Amino acid sequence: MKNLIIIPAFNESAVIETTLKDLRHSLMRDKVKADILLVDDGSSDNTGGVSAPHVDYLLTHTHNCGLGAALATGIEFARRGGYDACVTFDSDGQHDASDIARALEKLESGYDIVIGSRFVGSHSGMPIFRRVVLFIGNFITFLFFGVWTTDSQSGFRGLSKRAINNLVLKSNRMEVSSEFFSEIHRLSLKMCEIPIHIRYTKYSLGKGQKNTASMGVLIKLLYKVFG
Amino acid sequence: MSFLLPIQFVLLVFIIFAASRAVLQFKGGMIRFGAMLFWLGIWAVAVVAIFYPETTTQFAKLLGIGRGVDVILYVSIAILFYLVFRLHVYLEDIRSEISTLIREISLKDVKKKK
Repeated sequence: MKNLIIIPAFNESAVIETTLKDLRHSLMRDKVKADILLVDDGSSDNTGGVSAPHVDYLLTHTHNCGLGAALATGIEFARRGGYDACVTFDSDGQHDASDIARALEKLESGYDIVIGSRFVGSHSGMPIFRRVVLFIGNFITFLFFGVWTTDSQSGFRGLSKRAINNLVLKSNRMEVSSEFFSEIHRLSLKMCEIPIHIRYTKYSLGKGQKNTASMGVLIKLLYKVFG
Repeated sequence: MSFLLPIQFVLLVFIIFAASRAVLQFKGGMIRFGAMLFWLGIWAVAVVAIFYPETTTQFAKLLGIGRGVDVILYVSIAILFYLVFRLHVYLEDIRSEISTLIREISLKDVKKKK
């Protein structure tokens, strides 16, 4: 299996080196063969420069296009590179690289898409208000796209070759997380969830999707459904 | 023949200006023929409403609304909401096209670790 880890990053120079070193260390420890791709989404703090020595491939957006656009760039790279599987991984250090091996195992066993869920198993450390907002997000995702998930906004996903070759992501920003489920429904992709470990730090909570941004995500989804 | 009221004169001048802009934009290739017809239709309806205000009252009664001016307000607000919605969709499309362009540039300039 030719695997790729896709890391979209925007102004993460404070933590990206640690994230990438941890990732590389975990992949070696778990004997996972995978290339690491960082998509620098128009950072102004030299995120790309700091990351370059630690990744296999570096793509640079000349302008900040948003999370959705950066993920689509990574997936397009995987498509053109003939990768069999890829995993999307957050750059802010909140994901645990030891979960990657399990995601790849699920993909090898025949699943098209693996969602790393913060709500399967333990989810200690997540603020209660964010849990409520995420539940509402899951419900709206189900309402619009007909796919039930326990974590519609998770940034940790595994994609099979079939998913890589057929996914069409049009959302540029945070609403891309819900768009994955619209594509799962459209393409009838075989999906499963795995529990993932999240490291909630002051930094990751500050950088992550804001609760107040949820309304903007909802409006964008309305555009997608009715526009 | 009765003289124009000042408000009718002002609105007529504005409508002539707006309709001419629609025609000029079509000639300049900035809007399609259908879009020009849509805007000319809107302004034609406006001309009728300005010079024959009683027609709006008759139309309002057909819809179960008391006054003609009310139906104009309701329809205008609905059209404005729709146009703002379409404008947002259009902007999203442009943003998406810019992202596609930036994506292609980045994929052509991939940096590989030596």
